[in-house]
Amino acid sequence: MKPLLTIFFALALTFSACSGGDSQQETQEEETQEQGLSDFELEHGIGPITARLDISDDIDDDLRVRGQEIFEMKCEMCHNMEGRMVGPALGDVADRRSPEYIMNMILNPGGMAKNHPEGEKLVQEYMSVMPFQNVSEEDARALVEYLRDYNMNN
Amino acid sequence: MNKNNNKRLRGILLGAGFVALAAFLFTGCPSEQRMLDSGDAAQKVYVAPGDHDEFYGFFSGGYSGQLSVWGLPSARMLKVIPVFSQDPETAYGYSEETKPLFNTSYGFIPWDDSHHPHISQTDGNADGRWIFINANNTPRIARIDLETFQTKEILELPNTGGNHASSYVTSNTEYVIGATRFSIPYEKDLDVPIDSYSDEFRGSLSFIEVDQETGMMEVDFQIVVPPYNYDLGRAGKGISSDWVFFTTYNTEEAHTMLEVNASRNDKDFIAAVNWKKAAELVRDGHGKTMDAEYYHNHYNGKKQGYAVSEVKNEVTVLDTREIDENFIYYLPTPKSPHGVDVDPTGEYIVGGGKLATVIPVHSFSNMLEAIENDDIDDYIDGIPVLNYDATIAGEVENPGLGPLHTEFDGKGYAYTSVYISSEIVKWSLETFEVVDRIDSYYSIGHLMITGGDTVDPDAQYMVGLTKTAKDRYLPTGPKQNHPAQLYDISGDKMELLLDFPTIGEPHYAQSIKADKIVDQIAKIYEMEENDHPDALLRMTENRVERRGNDVHIYMGATRSHFRPDNIEGVKLGDDVYVHLTNMEQEWDVVHGIAIKGSQSTELLVPPGQTKTIKWTPTRTGIYPFYCTAFCSALHQEMQGYIRVSGPDSNVELTWSTNE
Repeated sequence: MKPLLTIFFALALTFSACSGGDSQQETQEEETQEQGLSDFELEHGIGPITARLDISDDIDDDLRVRGQEIFEMKCEMCHNMEGRMVGPALGDVADRRSPEYIMNMILNPGGMAKNHPEGEKLVQEYMSVMPFQNVSEEDARALVEYLRDYNMNN
Repeated sequence: MNKNNNKRLRGILLGAGFVALAAFLFTGCPSEQRMLDSGDAAQKVYVAPGDHDEFYGFFSGGYSGQLSVWGLPSARMLKVIPVFSQDPETAYGYSEETKPLFNTSYGFIPWDDSHHPHISQTDGNADGRWIFINANNTPRIARIDLETFQTKEILELPNTGGNHASSYVTSNTEYVIGATRFSIPYEKDLDVPIDSYSDEFRGSLSFIEVDQETGMMEVDFQIVVPPYNYDLGRAGKGISSDWVFFTTYNTEEAHTMLEVNASRNDKDFIAAVNWKKAAELVRDGHGKTMDAEYYHNHYNGKKQGYAVSEVKNEVTVLDTREIDENFIYYLPTPKSPHGVDVDPTGEYIVGGGKLATVIPVHSFSNMLEAIENDDIDDYIDGIPVLNYDATIAGEVENPGLGPLHTEFDGKGYAYTSVYISSEIVKWSLETFEVVDRIDSYYSIGHLMITGGDTVDPDAQYMVGLTKTAKDRYLPTGPKQNHPAQLYDISGDKMELLLDFPTIGEPHYAQSIKADKIVDQIAKIYEMEENDHPDALLRMTENRVERRGNDVHIYMGATRSHFRPDNIEGVKLGDDVYVHLTNMEQEWDVVHGIAIKGSQSTELLVPPGQTKTIKWTPTRTGIYPFYCTAFCSALHQEMQGYIRVSGPDSNVELTWSTNE
């Protein structure tokens, strides 16, 4: 755990530092290699989603409705839209994370907690690993739609 | 040496009779232990951490009422499936969903004696859809599905006293069979003197039809037979698939001190029943309808829900005294036979005579020929008694004392457990001669070969289920757990590999290759398929409802909290129903709930399942509740409070989380 923690702190510093200089760019690349993650994985998470998806700016209403159903059944026990619960507030998650990242987090929470710097950070903060809730890829996509819609309208 | 030894023992048996037998039982002890070099034995049973066993073994729990599941060859216990006895660990028989499974015509019966498990079959092979097991005491048969390893259904049998010859299935699970061990007056609640036994008492053989889609059982018909004790049964296979066989003892019709009084006749019988013909007779209206009262308890949800009890009021019977056509025959069999076992080809029907000096082997083809030739010695209540010499294929000489049960390896050999001389004998189905014998520790009852009682056994391992452990393990007071012993039967000689303690008193056991069922086994209860009427399917619907004096709490559990976790407004005099849904969908992550002062048990809820417990508070005050399963790092924090006020209190019913 210790080496991981070191990496995590290093990365946390990297991400919180302001953009710029070559030296910082180098550090990030070095850490990325150590972690063995690609740029895509760093930004969009580790899991079954390995490429950008074609997602329109408009909300697909059918997907949103399905997403809300799944959310209420499988997510709401631990997540509020506003305010921390067992896990972080999700009202603005569509702002903070890419759709691909959200889907990978839903579909591969164990892997994210273990191998992704942001996942590790969440475990440190919330003291529990998000469970896989038996959500299909299709339903994860629907959840994204619900979260995007919520983010836009609240 | 063994042969001489046995000749001597046989002399004792014949000379001094039963008293000497009993004396031997208490003094006799196996002399030597033959096992593989212990290093080799260890290697054969070693399954490395994280690796899986090759077989699932299902062992009956006997007087524990349950069914235990073992990995073989490691003999690691994988699970205890509660069936006929309440189980506080899982709330089985305590939860509102499962309590109806224990309803019988005698009331709520929370215990039984579970004897013989049998896996459902297709074409004579174990197919792993369901496993059935009988309750011996208050006669019942249960069905467990092998997707969730959960008891789904319990059916009571009418006209039955001691459902011992059960729960064997026919080759395609058309029927599960049962039979009465004790003959009893078969008219419902008939109050007669016991010494009217021969006039008023009858035996019954039960044929329980199985719905091939749902597995649901139904008593199709019973055959009313002479008042003997019907002990064990087996379905035929292959050429004899249309037949089932039952052993009888007490053809003397004794009703007291059977130990002596039912041991007089030189031969008792194996009853051979052509079930296909019997079923046809029923379809053609030859049965008669009798009053009866028996319960059929089953889950009403496809996936989840509450078990319900249906009460049946009649049963169709075929009385051999009233039907001209023959569909049942008696095969004379020496002497107080216990087990009846059919070899993988379906040709040989092997009796195990508790007091017999040989193992009698009947031939199915000889039997058909004897029927054809009218080779009949006698008729008893309309049942033809076939000639012994006409049906018998051979007698195994010198099998040891008290042969009970036989299994087969599919390679031409049979293995018979021998109770009094504590050994297993291996004999040839060609020559009917003993080819090997090995000691068992001590007093073996049933035995099981992996894939046994199918048309295609996996002749790798054999398990002996013995009755006393004595010095085999570290002592645990005057009572030891019953042992099982694992043998390697892949070679010419049987070799002992391992001893291990079991639960209750295993009678029969069954096993199936793990890869036959492993892919069908559920990892979670899918929330989207949760059809429990009191499931909490939306977190926002967590709530408390009052209906008169009943308070219903709809609660969700996930790592690491309950919703709601603060409840007020319950009053003394209320019955509180906690419906707990585990909202998680991760394999093996369970949550529980225990409430201080509850007279019942905890609930333990697997992922995606809903369970309900009823609690009647007895005092006012604050009642903490907590999760009984260590579910996460913050497991200790998974708790809450219920406030119970006086009966006239005006505390409003409220519930909350995080407020």
